[in-house]
Amino acid sequence: MTVTPEIVDYISELSRLSLEPEEKASMTAQLEQIVGYMDVLTQLDTAAVEPLSHVFPLKNVLREDVVVPSRERAELLANAPVPDQEAFLVPRTVD
Amino acid sequence: MTWETVIGLETHVELATKTKIFCGCTTAFGGAPNTHCCPVCTGMPGTLPVLNRKVLEFAVKAGLALNCEITRYTKFDRKNYFYPDLPKAYQISQLYLPICRNGAVDIGGGKTIRIHELHMEEDAGKLVHDPWIDQTRADYNRCGVPLIEIVTEPDFRTAEEVIAYLEKLKETLQYLGVSDCKMQEGSLRCDVNLSIRPMGSDTMGTRTEMKNLNSFKAVSRAIAYEARRQAERIEEGKRVIQETRRWDENKDASFAMRSKENAQDYRYFPEPDIPPIELSEEWLQSLKDDLPELAEEKRARYQSQYGLPPYDCQMITSDKALADFFEALVDLGTAPKQASNWIMGEVLAVLSARALEAKDMPLSPKTLAKLIAMVQAGRLNRNTAVKVFEAIFDADADPEAYAAAHGLEQVRDTALVESVVDAVLADNPKSVEDYRSGKQKAFGFLVGQVMRQLKGQGDPKAVNEILRSRLS
Ligand SMILES: [Zn+2]
Repeated sequence: MTVTPEIVDYISELSRLSLEPEEKASMTAQLEQIVGYMDVLTQLDTAAVEPLSHVFPLKNVLREDVVVPSRERAELLANAPVPDQEAFLVPRTVD
Repeated sequence: MTWETVIGLETHVELATKTKIFCGCTTAFGGAPNTHCCPVCTGMPGTLPVLNRKVLEFAVKAGLALNCEITRYTKFDRKNYFYPDLPKAYQISQLYLPICRNGAVDIGGGKTIRIHELHMEEDAGKLVHDPWIDQTRADYNRCGVPLIEIVTEPDFRTAEEVIAYLEKLKETLQYLGVSDCKMQEGSLRCDVNLSIRPMGSDTMGTRTEMKNLNSFKAVSRAIAYEARRQAERIEEGKRVIQETRRWDENKDASFAMRSKENAQDYRYFPEPDIPPIELSEEWLQSLKDDLPELAEEKRARYQSQYGLPPYDCQMITSDKALADFFEALVDLGTAPKQASNWIMGEVLAVLSARALEAKDMPLSPKTLAKLIAMVQAGRLNRNTAVKVFEAIFDADADPEAYAAAHGLEQVRDTALVESVVDAVLADNPKSVEDYRSGKQKAFGFLVGQVMRQLKGQGDPKAVNEILRSRLS
């Protein structure tokens, strides 16, 4: 599969990433390599193979509806790049 | 040109579980920002979400009540999108094997709305922009609250049908106890998909999706607005653009959302963190057995079993808490019609005056049953009973003790009533003469005088009878 600059533009828009022209060029080449690596899978004949969504033979893993204490807010915010006292801060997203 | 409006609805309903869908954080409304959160619902790397059993059971119950087929082997899928209201950058939802499909809701007037599917998913957090620092604050207290999304087929033709459906949905889900459906708190919200086509046509026009409809009124107004807007565009020779529009209640108009917010490519894939669910026959049967009697069944039963008029049945079943209250009164021996009169009259009036919901009513059925019994036994007259009711409502106090403490019981001592009547007649010879010469008004005056002497505690019926026999 060929990764075109249009595909890179589209994916960066979906991911909310803005790329400089030179980044875009290197990203295009790298994505092409990564996707090409997966291309080997298309050589397999999977016509008779059921699609697999989970590797482990598990089902019905459920928990009971019992409240457990939430985590300390300061602890949750500790790793955020830009928090204030009570929230995670992100660039303007709503008007 | 006459246009036909074609509408489909997507309704999100918050489930009334105690905890979130994939972690044990509380779902309690409100709370300081980010205090109902843990590493799972804030999307920390390396955490493992585990499905809340109650969410699955509530979704199945809702599906059963909406006449859906239940998917016996169901899975979750990952819906990818980058927006900070979802810290994982994806929402765990269901696309390929939703828990319920192919349902139907009877909305009255011979109209049925088909349900395309019902699936489980997690709610997103809340973003609030702070103009002072020009940054957006993310609060994840609501993030991970369980939702069911109910998607209809495009079967609606009018706003009235949409409202009838929403009312039926709300009633059903409240009766099931799976959601409180409070639109003002966002626990029931709907998106309207709308297109128009020439009357009689069977092809679909281009549709728009409207979001942010927070009340039944907003839904009706938004539908009227959008149908008119599309018709005007087409009549001006323009095309309807497929887009997402946001309803602005204050401006009474909808606006297209920016195209970036419109970019929809969710790249769904099976959710690897949540193993599939297999519903056994026994499990499904136990959920079916657990379904409560729904409003419609109650209405029919109240008419046939208690002989209540349809109006009473409608009023009492409009809220499950009221219906439960009514049934408790009847179980305590109150005559059904008496119970219904008190509920539709005094109970609803006091609830509305106190801005209380029926489920939060402090007065117990036992107390009201006792009060009604006192009226039936002639111990309190109806007017006094209403005063007692209002006085004891908030504290659920004992009506007998209250009436005794305030000397409100009716005077049932006939000899006493007779002596008061005689005294009043002796004191008011002019009125007696007036009455005898045919002035009915004089009788009312004399009754009033007697009641006054009895401090309002006379049994009006007894007073009337004694007075009439004395005057005849
Ligand atoms: Zn949590």
